[in-house]
Amino acid sequence: MNAVIEEHHHDHKPTGIGRWLFSTNHKDIGTMYLWFSFTMFFIGGTLALIIRAELFEPGMQIVEPEFFNQLTTLHGLIMVFGVIMPAFVGLANWQIPLMIGAPDMALPRMNNWSFWLLPAAFGILLSSLVMSIMGMGSAPNFGWTFYAPLSTTYGPDSTDFFIFSVHLMGISSVMGAINVIATIMNLRAPGMTYMKMPIFVWAWFITAYLLIAVMPVLAGAVTMMLTDRHFGTSFFNAAGGGDPVMFQHIFWFFGHPEVYIMILPAFGIISQIVPTFSRKHLFGYTSMVYATASIAFLSFIVWAHHMFTTGMPVAAELFFMYATMLIAIPTGVKVFNWVSTMWKGSLTFETPMLFAIAFIFLFTIGGFTGLMLSIVPADFQYQDTYFVVAHFHYVLVTGAAFSIMGAIYFWLPKWTGKMYNEKLGKLHFWLSAISANILFFPMHFLGLAGMPRRIPDYNLQFVEFNQIATVGAFIFGFSQLILLYNIISTIRSGEKATDKVWDGATSLEFVALPSPPPFHSFTTPPEVK
Amino acid sequence: MTAKTSNKKIIGRLLLLVVAMFGFGFALVPLYSVFCSVTGLNGKTSNSAENIAGATVDLSRTVKVQFVANLNENMPWKFRPEVRSVEVHPGQPTRISYYAENTTDKDIIGQAVPSVSPGLAASYFQKSECFCFTQQKLLAHEKKDMPVVFIVDASLPKDIHELTLSYTFFTKEVLPSPIPIAYNYQEN
Repeated sequence: MNAVIEEHHHDHKPTGIGRWLFSTNHKDIGTMYLWFSFTMFFIGGTLALIIRAELFEPGMQIVEPEFFNQLTTLHGLIMVFGVIMPAFVGLANWQIPLMIGAPDMALPRMNNWSFWLLPAAFGILLSSLVMSIMGMGSAPNFGWTFYAPLSTTYGPDSTDFFIFSVHLMGISSVMGAINVIATIMNLRAPGMTYMKMPIFVWAWFITAYLLIAVMPVLAGAVTMMLTDRHFGTSFFNAAGGGDPVMFQHIFWFFGHPEVYIMILPAFGIISQIVPTFSRKHLFGYTSMVYATASIAFLSFIVWAHHMFTTGMPVAAELFFMYATMLIAIPTGVKVFNWVSTMWKGSLTFETPMLFAIAFIFLFTIGGFTGLMLSIVPADFQYQDTYFVVAHFHYVLVTGAAFSIMGAIYFWLPKWTGKMYNEKLGKLHFWLSAISANILFFPMHFLGLAGMPRRIPDYNLQFVEFNQIATVGAFIFGFSQLILLYNIISTIRSGEKATDKVWDGATSLEFVALPSPPPFHSFTTPPEVK
Repeated sequence: MTAKTSNKKIIGRLLLLVVAMFGFGFALVPLYSVFCSVTGLNGKTSNSAENIAGATVDLSRTVKVQFVANLNENMPWKFRPEVRSVEVHPGQPTRISYYAENTTDKDIIGQAVPSVSPGLAASYFQKSECFCFTQQKLLAHEKKDMPVVFIVDASLPKDIHELTLSYTFFTKEVLPSPIPIAYNYQEN
């Protein structure tokens, strides 16, 4: 791997399409991940807007119920596997080497492969949607959780496309994770001990282990589906001696750590942004590291809280309930640490900081509704209602997605060497933050009133809140075009950014590198005191 | 640089972890099965005869036992319980029977898989005689009564008042046609 870097010692960029196809450069690969994620964000968002448009009024208006099921399925899969995860991997690619003083990722060729598997995976998955629109059979329609037997005995033919694409996504994620771990273990600059690493790097280090532990379990689950569908096995087929409830256990054994895979890097980002704009050190660095590690550990022993209504013994329900509630403690430690970091700091409110503060506030709301859902008797009421939809959109949109947007504004000037338009950034923030609440807050009430999720039609009593949510959805969706415009105009004609970019920045990429950093940065490692 | 472990070693170890976790996903299948047979979690009841003679009878309460019959999608039989439900005292041996009929022109061997709901009651439901213990062969157009003798254990938790016994019959083997018919006769 060293040889590869030596070859291009001078700041020489390959040109043309080959620069991207054969790239082994962490910056280019990070950029590709981020643009891929952004593209998928608009595709998944378009599906969401069709869903919300259909739900503007009761009765069927725009789509058939069968197609509605495909929309909810693909919206979920795209947003989870195509937007949030690739965006975090993109940020890891760009930032981890810059933040630990490494010349590149440890395994640059594998890095290239990790990325290029993703367009293949989503090409396959999205082709099923295209075929569905062209009337050639249904796209996957069993929800992003693909419960058996809905996805095995009753799955459409395109389920096999789905299975293969999940396999590819899994391989991509696992390789990305191995790369992150190898980079962090081996390429830290002299003096950069583990406990001096920026929290974003720590968060990703732990996330990478989570990925390696659970993506293979997901691969196992879809492999069992495949053999159940085509090779006569009966893993999930009760008539053949299998058990469909076991599918849920296997799926959520993957699925619960997965939700932390989508939030731990966000915690890392917020822990970078908040101290920078508070002009103080992060409060409780060590406790942040341990809190992240405890959340990761706890994520493995709470999966059955997704399955309280499947008929579990009371003892098991109590165990999973208390274990789930326990997660609130390390998460609370983090929230208090962020707030304490801001306490008596000299705060300024540039766009990244606005997103970070919105994250702290709105993610906490999502966390609290999670606690409500963890209470077994209450969960029997909330299970499969819009309350659950509200809960996970608060943690994933105003949580994970807001942290990614904050990260884009925070690091874009460093990456491009040009300053984004602050006015547009603030406009984007306020529109997003307000519309996301118009969109998702009424869903709490809908769920508490009993509106089930994943349905194209609903009872008349739910009309008003659905209409409010749909209005919020369209404002939120179109606001994202401001972000797109801001990024493009920054790259094309932004004003020159300073090397340090932010007054309160302290991490290596801001203090030891120019803006933009050279194509090959830290060819001689910096000294970290 | 403080490279203590080479990249190759790190990749090797992590790949091992990946393979182990892939295997763990599959290991969950037998683990879950053992876990369920210990706790009776998924309603799977024993598929062999249990000794129920001399069980204590709890005359102070009755439990309603309902009977359900299902056919696997490929199973061409008729299959139903003779009675929909019975009221029993826990511990009291009870005999009921199911009716099965092979409506086809072929001899078919079937296997019934029992299941008890609620799952937590499964380990209290004990059978001394059941057609599900062995494979059942029905000749073409044969009709048969299939008996079950069971008790509900007297230690059944007091909050369970009703339980359901369900059988799913699935095709084990379709035997070659007993009467060779010229136009669809096929050499094996």
